[in-house]
Amino acid sequence: MAVIEVSGLSRRYGDFSAVRDVSFSVERGELFALLGTNGAGKTSTLELVEGLARPSGGSVRILGHDPVARRSRVRPRTGVMLQDAGFPGDLTVVEVARMWAGTLTAPRPVPEALTLAGLDHRAGVRVRQLSGGERRRLDLALAVLGRPEVLVLDEPTTGLDPQSRRDAWNLLRDLVRDGVTVLLSTHYLEEAEELADRLAIMHRGTVVAAGTVREVVDAHPARISFGLPSGVEPPALPGAAVVERGRVVVQTDELQPALLTLLTWADRDGVALAGLDARSASLEEVFLSIANEPR
Amino acid sequence: MRRLVALGRAELLLLLRNRMALFNAVVLPVPLVAVTAGAVRDADPGFNARLVSGMLALVLVAVLYYNLVTTFVARREELVLKRLRTGELTDAEILLGTAGPSLVVALIQMVLFVAAAAAFLGLPVPVNAPVLVVGVLAGVAVFVALAAVSAAFTRTVELAQITTLPVLLVCFIGAGIAVPLSSLPDAVQEVLRFLPLTPAMELMRLGWTGPSFGGALRSSLAPAGLLAAWTVVAWLGVRRWFRWEPRR
Repeated sequence: MAVIEVSGLSRRYGDFSAVRDVSFSVERGELFALLGTNGAGKTSTLELVEGLARPSGGSVRILGHDPVARRSRVRPRTGVMLQDAGFPGDLTVVEVARMWAGTLTAPRPVPEALTLAGLDHRAGVRVRQLSGGERRRLDLALAVLGRPEVLVLDEPTTGLDPQSRRDAWNLLRDLVRDGVTVLLSTHYLEEAEELADRLAIMHRGTVVAAGTVREVVDAHPARISFGLPSGVEPPALPGAAVVERGRVVVQTDELQPALLTLLTWADRDGVALAGLDARSASLEEVFLSIANEPR
Repeated sequence: MRRLVALGRAELLLLLRNRMALFNAVVLPVPLVAVTAGAVRDADPGFNARLVSGMLALVLVAVLYYNLVTTFVARREELVLKRLRTGELTDAEILLGTAGPSLVVALIQMVLFVAAAAAFLGLPVPVNAPVLVVGVLAGVAVFVALAAVSAAFTRTVELAQITTLPVLLVCFIGAGIAVPLSSLPDAVQEVLRFLPLTPAMELMRLGWTGPSFGGALRSSLAPAGLLAAWTVVAWLGVRRWFRWEPRR
């Protein structure tokens, strides 16, 4: 049975549909990433998974339980990071962590959690004086403080400097290796490529692509581009060719045959292909093509 | 309980670090007691009793209710309440833990008032302590809930000065703190008697200076029932209206 099971989920605010018919599941020890532009519905979806709101339709099961109706069963086994951290500014880092530990069934020692999040050297500093990235790390420390089996993290590394981001990634990898199930949202494609076993890309409240990074990328055409001497017409290649700023751009599902045809033709006719570039689709291209889709 | 204490301790630290709130809680009551004590020494005991139970009501409303509205709004707008709801605490624990330090301060103030009144105003020892205590606790339960309801209709901490006015004014008038009830038209008096602060004060007055232990008990049934009804209504209001995060 999947640890997180989301099926047919929808969420409406009045006339506005923030989430429409979203389904996915996350297995034990898997890291699942939700990608999407701002306003795609990631946070709205995660809040339903966290049990902070009831869905307008569909269902969420965490470890087999409804997170709203069976909150007391689910919470001792989950750790959550919201998009915006909420800590009283006049408490210090260690005071916030101690308070949180005091509400948990089986917390780690507070210093251990702060060390995991790389915040041990800031223990005595008031939250008000923390940088955005440090606040994010405090939030992460609280999320892991209760030794959760399931982590739901809403943009966990937004605002972190590159080194802290690497540290956070390493922490998440270690947790996943220990069998923790992670659902996170991010708008860093690199983060999804680095960490995610599987991912879903959301756009306008619904999932438009899902699978492993490989699967999502393979479903998207590869791209060949090159310049031609004036007056020379390109050969017929599998896929769709257009001319952009004097360069021929070919989108094709058959990169290797298309490239072979192109190079054979160029070799035979002695044509120089200026700035020849051929690449499989990247997650970034898939993402941008989805984000730029007209309504 | 351990979870409540953890949250309450954090709130207490915040109270100690907030000069304004600390001033309201600790310093402000002192001159209040002094002035009252000085003004009423010669008055008759019945008047003194009414005055002192009025002071207890003042603590309930001005200290507990007002402080809690601002605290609930501040924690909501800082997204603290939303963060807490992702953890193991129940909703009731979050509200009670957050209210904890203000509650303790208010209860300590009330105990001090009772002690001061006995020492300086020559008021008797309460004839029926349980009725007095029930009056205080039921009053606390109602005003914590009313604070949570008021917070739901308060966008910012600053606006609390306005949104708390209706409850503050109506309660002060209704309980006869501002003006004696008898100076108001009968119909208005009748309506005001049903407001939450009035039965709370009535219970405190009965428990303190009632005719006798048994007499106080008998006379307390009606106000106790009214207060219980208010408690239920107020907590239903909390369930209906309380917001855990800022409006978007």
